Amino acid sequence: MASANILEITNLNVGFVTERGTLKALRDVDLTIPNGAIVGVVGESGCGKSTLINSIIGLLANNAQVTSGAMIFEGSDLLSKSEQELRAIRGQRISMVSQDPMTALNPILSIGTQMIDIQYRNASSRDEKRARSINMLSRVGIPDPETRFNDYPHQFSGGMRQRIAIAMALQVEPTLLIADEPTTALDATLEVQIIRRLNDLQQNMGCSILFVSHHLGVIAELCDYVVVMYGGEVVEQGSVRDIFHRASHPYTQKLLECDPASIAQATHSLPTIPGEVPNLDELPSGCIFFDRCDHSYDSCQRSHPRIEQIEAGHWIRCPVLAQQQTS
Amino acid sequence: MDSLSCVSPTANILNPLLELTDVRVRFRTLSTTRAILNGVSDPFVDAVNGVSLEIKEGETYGLIGESGSGKTTIARSIIGLLKPQEGSIQYDGHELIGRSTLEMKKIRRTIGAMFQDPVGSLSPRMSIYSLLAEPFKIHNQKDCDFESEVRRLLEMVGLSYDFANRYPHQLSGGQARRIGVARALALNPRLIIADEPTAGLDVSVQGEILNLLNKLQHQIGLSILIITHNLNIVRHITDRMGIMYFGRIIEQGPTKAIFDSPVHPYTLALLSANPEPDPDAKIDRIELEGEVPSLLNRPQGCEFHPRCPFVGNNCDTKFPFSTNVTKDHSYCCHYPRNLDC
Repeated sequence: MASANILEITNLNVGFVTERGTLKALRDVDLTIPNGAIVGVVGESGCGKSTLINSIIGLLANNAQVTSGAMIFEGSDLLSKSEQELRAIRGQRISMVSQDPMTALNPILSIGTQMIDIQYRNASSRDEKRARSINMLSRVGIPDPETRFNDYPHQFSGGMRQRIAIAMALQVEPTLLIADEPTTALDATLEVQIIRRLNDLQQNMGCSILFVSHHLGVIAELCDYVVVMYGGEVVEQGSVRDIFHRASHPYTQKLLECDPASIAQATHSLPTIPGEVPNLDELPSGCIFFDRCDHSYDSCQRSHPRIEQIEAGHWIRCPVLAQQQTS
Repeated sequence: MDSLSCVSPTANILNPLLELTDVRVRFRTLSTTRAILNGVSDPFVDAVNGVSLEIKEGETYGLIGESGSGKTTIARSIIGLLKPQEGSIQYDGHELIGRSTLEMKKIRRTIGAMFQDPVGSLSPRMSIYSLLAEPFKIHNQKDCDFESEVRRLLEMVGLSYDFANRYPHQLSGGQARRIGVARALALNPRLIIADEPTAGLDVSVQGEILNLLNKLQHQIGLSILIITHNLNIVRHITDRMGIMYFGRIIEQGPTKAIFDSPVHPYTLALLSANPEPDPDAKIDRIELEGEVPSLLNRPQGCEFHPRCPFVGNNCDTKFPFSTNVTKDHSYCCHYPRNLDC
């Protein structure tokens, strides 16, 4: 591989054609995942995180249109690939762990059957596939994998099911793992276990991870780089320390302030960001965060801000604060 | 209608509104014939095993614990969706266990419930107007003016009356959650049971929902039972909390006391696991090994001993009974931490 990045998304625009007109769900999204890095994506629900994932794996709804952009994965553009070529990449080079471990597994097949079935592309014998699956189960920390191999999903706890889903996603040895809120259904002790496990496996196997989560604490702990999305745009991106120590976009700043974990003193009234996310079918011509921002100037309303670099590797979509930062 | 809410919340502020004593909920795993054929003498699992807790008027009580530890089962028993086999649930002086469905319906009028999935708990075929008028219809309040009630409820949760004509799929997660709050508050309840009220919501909307509950609590003196995974929420908005493990409350007391000095090893591990929103935070974690055991083979002695980092001699044989640290802070453990004695 020549490039240092496993995935480079540039200027991605995705819209959904509806009766009310086209909903511009993603606008000018740039995102880079370096080899062997963990990139976190944060943002409110509805900000386009799932659309982003679905466009990477090519599973957008029928009414979706990719109007422009490029997604260079391992040197070639995913957007120009045929359905057949994409199928060879999905589940082989790119795999995914979804939010709910119960619905990700088939309840009427034993996990052993499922783990062998997903290796259908592999020419090796059934015994080899079985051995590989058992090895993978022990690597994600399922105790006694030999005997549990023929158990059904309902016989496992939530945390174990999620680890089985991770084992299945990693057993194909993907170069990119997409994790869509893999810990929301779990309690804090199990959440930490899963994060640890993901981190160890990532270091051993050398894959890159795109990690989507609401939970800022988890992002801070696991990720190397963070992308903050708002209303279908990337508003800030940088290293995890850029984001958590030197948050520069007003939205990121507010988001961090709102996290109850960052408020030391117990309070009964939690901070919020007043206002609503703009409607995607009637976007303002200027900055999309204008209505909810404390720093807004007239110029913010006039032209749509471009994303600018304020220090090496740290980008924000806010010309006002970018200017203050650099001067 | 208002006569119910006017029971002067301040007058008896210290009386428990809800009191659970040794509540036990068991689920059958095999039919009677099957059990006899397979030689199983006890074909039940204990989902909730001897839980006692009380919620005072105007108090917020947080219940936390792993998924599968019995939190939701407790909530469902209180609102009468499940029938506990043993114990007592006293609500406002009435015993709830053993009531007929009709009697329960009357009592339940003053208990509002919010369920986990905000959109899934609203019928997709009903408009918001019908959804909000439904509680009044169910409880036979024929003489009430539905339109003004719907208007009042929408206003209370900060939505405009335009929403009345919408359907659940047209709402965002936060808006659907507000409708859930409005429905729970429709009949002026005295107790709200909120099961994961903010799961899946982002921090800003989460703040809005919790502030809304808090504001209403001050205005009408509600008591709230909140069930959640989110430790930060519990720390900020609850007065007292209980930590559940495996169908039992293993520690309970004032929220501040528990966060300052947790006594039970599981509480310690749980609180230390909470990730900080700071990449350089040094977190001194107590790691838990192993898995939550299956309800079908309940460990002997203390349920937590197979995973406990401080396990001692008699943990696998002797069951730890509840012990008090202070008057209202208690724990179940043979080797408690953070105690000076």
